[in-house]
Amino acid sequence: METISILPPELIRMVIAVIIIISFLFLNAIMMGYAERKIAGHVQRRPGPMEVGSHGILQMIVDGVKLVGKELLIPFNVDRTLFRVAPLLSFTPVILPLLVIPFSEKLQARDLNLGLIFIVTMGSVNVMALLVGGWGSNNKYSMFGAMRAVAQSIAYEIPILLSLLAVVLMCNTFSLKEIVAAQQNIWFVFLQPVAFLIYVVAGLAETNRNPFDLPEAESELTAGFHTEYSGMGFSLFFIGEYTNMFIVASVATVLFLGGWHGPHLPYGEYLGVVWFFLKVYLLLFLMIMVRWTYPRVRFDQLLNFAWKYLVPFSLVNLLITAVLVKL
Amino acid sequence: MTFYQIIAEGLFFAFVILVILGSLITIRAKILMQTVLGLAVAFLGVAGIYFYLGSMFLTLMQILVYVGAICIVLIFGIMVGYTPTEVAEKAIKDWRNKFLAVLSAVTAFLLILACVLKTDWIPAVADDRNFSAAHLGQEFLYTYCLAFELISVILLIAIIGAIILARGGAGGMITDPPAGKEVAAVQEEKGEAST
Repeated sequence: METISILPPELIRMVIAVIIIISFLFLNAIMMGYAERKIAGHVQRRPGPMEVGSHGILQMIVDGVKLVGKELLIPFNVDRTLFRVAPLLSFTPVILPLLVIPFSEKLQARDLNLGLIFIVTMGSVNVMALLVGGWGSNNKYSMFGAMRAVAQSIAYEIPILLSLLAVVLMCNTFSLKEIVAAQQNIWFVFLQPVAFLIYVVAGLAETNRNPFDLPEAESELTAGFHTEYSGMGFSLFFIGEYTNMFIVASVATVLFLGGWHGPHLPYGEYLGVVWFFLKVYLLLFLMIMVRWTYPRVRFDQLLNFAWKYLVPFSLVNLLITAVLVKL
Repeated sequence: MTFYQIIAEGLFFAFVILVILGSLITIRAKILMQTVLGLAVAFLGVAGIYFYLGSMFLTLMQILVYVGAICIVLIFGIMVGYTPTEVAEKAIKDWRNKFLAVLSAVTAFLLILACVLKTDWIPAVADDRNFSAAHLGQEFLYTYCLAFELISVILLIAIIGAIILARGGAGGMITDPPAGKEVAAVQEEKGEAST
């Protein structure tokens, strides 16, 4: 009995939640990596990975083993501490937002009443990782990648915040659980279509996905900010990127697509997670399709698009929402 | 002492150490980039102390604004303006600047000291004031409306200052010697070619 009272149950619960989330991150990265390569293959009329396992289904696991086994190369004359810290910095902040996302009515690690701000905050820390990695590599390609990442994230964070704020104004809360609960009858994508479009476009840019993948544009910058990283250093950036995509898709699901709501299921308060994941992976599928269908934009087009179109549109949208809510 | 209290105390000292370490890195680092990263560490520590004092909203705002925005803009400035191996200035030779620096530092210290001495501190546990986002918003827009608006005037001044600096200053404060040299070099080459 003594041991039970010493370790508080809430702490044990959080530790278990974090362990589940971290294992989910790796699983998600493996699935997304496989899906990405398969979809890329089919878009380009080739089969994609086929050799390892049936239809190449074990390909990513083999790749993972290879990446773990690889030597961590540290280039000559770099800032060693910063070079090593950057992948960790990119990986850690993406764990935390998953703690507050309501996967179903009763599957949520922690319901913060500032959940949305929490997610946005962690997203802003992620840019730091790209910066530190790009600058620490002592390589001009990495440096340019990092600079582009910053300019891009500064530009696109504003429309993201403004589009999220429109939804927050409608339900008067930052708690993700309450926002989902407010969509019982009608999803916000129907009430806020403009905000949804702005969020998805800016979310693509925020996760450095094509057509906004300027920070790692292969044809110009080798691999951008992670040019110098090998083995697990690269993998952590890679997992961070896929998790970021998952978070953007989850936030879109929670705020616009009604979260766990869907046709009735038995044990709905737990099995709502099925609908949640269906919506999230549908969005992720869309993001992958966009990557393999559209060409990359130019950097000036990217910034012009954010400052001249997305920001004014989201401001007007917010204003109209505020007036309508007040009426 | 319960388990939670031990964790809380440990976290408090961890955050304080983080602030002190970050500040030390900020003033001791030889490379400008490390200076800003030290500043980011110190800001994170301050955010942690807000968390310890029970205001989630202030914690998140501290990270969002100071680490996520201010530090990143500073780093961006450094990346645009300096090479990666740039070393921070070691000694300020100008006596006038030195005097002004010491003066402002001492004044700021005295002001903070006066505040610390004047306040009668209550333990964080006994402090049951409301720090929620809703309450803070109300206070800012009703009780402390004037101060809030004055801060935005300061921001306006900063923006105007930035624009003036970017456009070359009131009296042409920023001249651009490298560009001038390049132009001169090009002109020399042209001159040679023509003669």
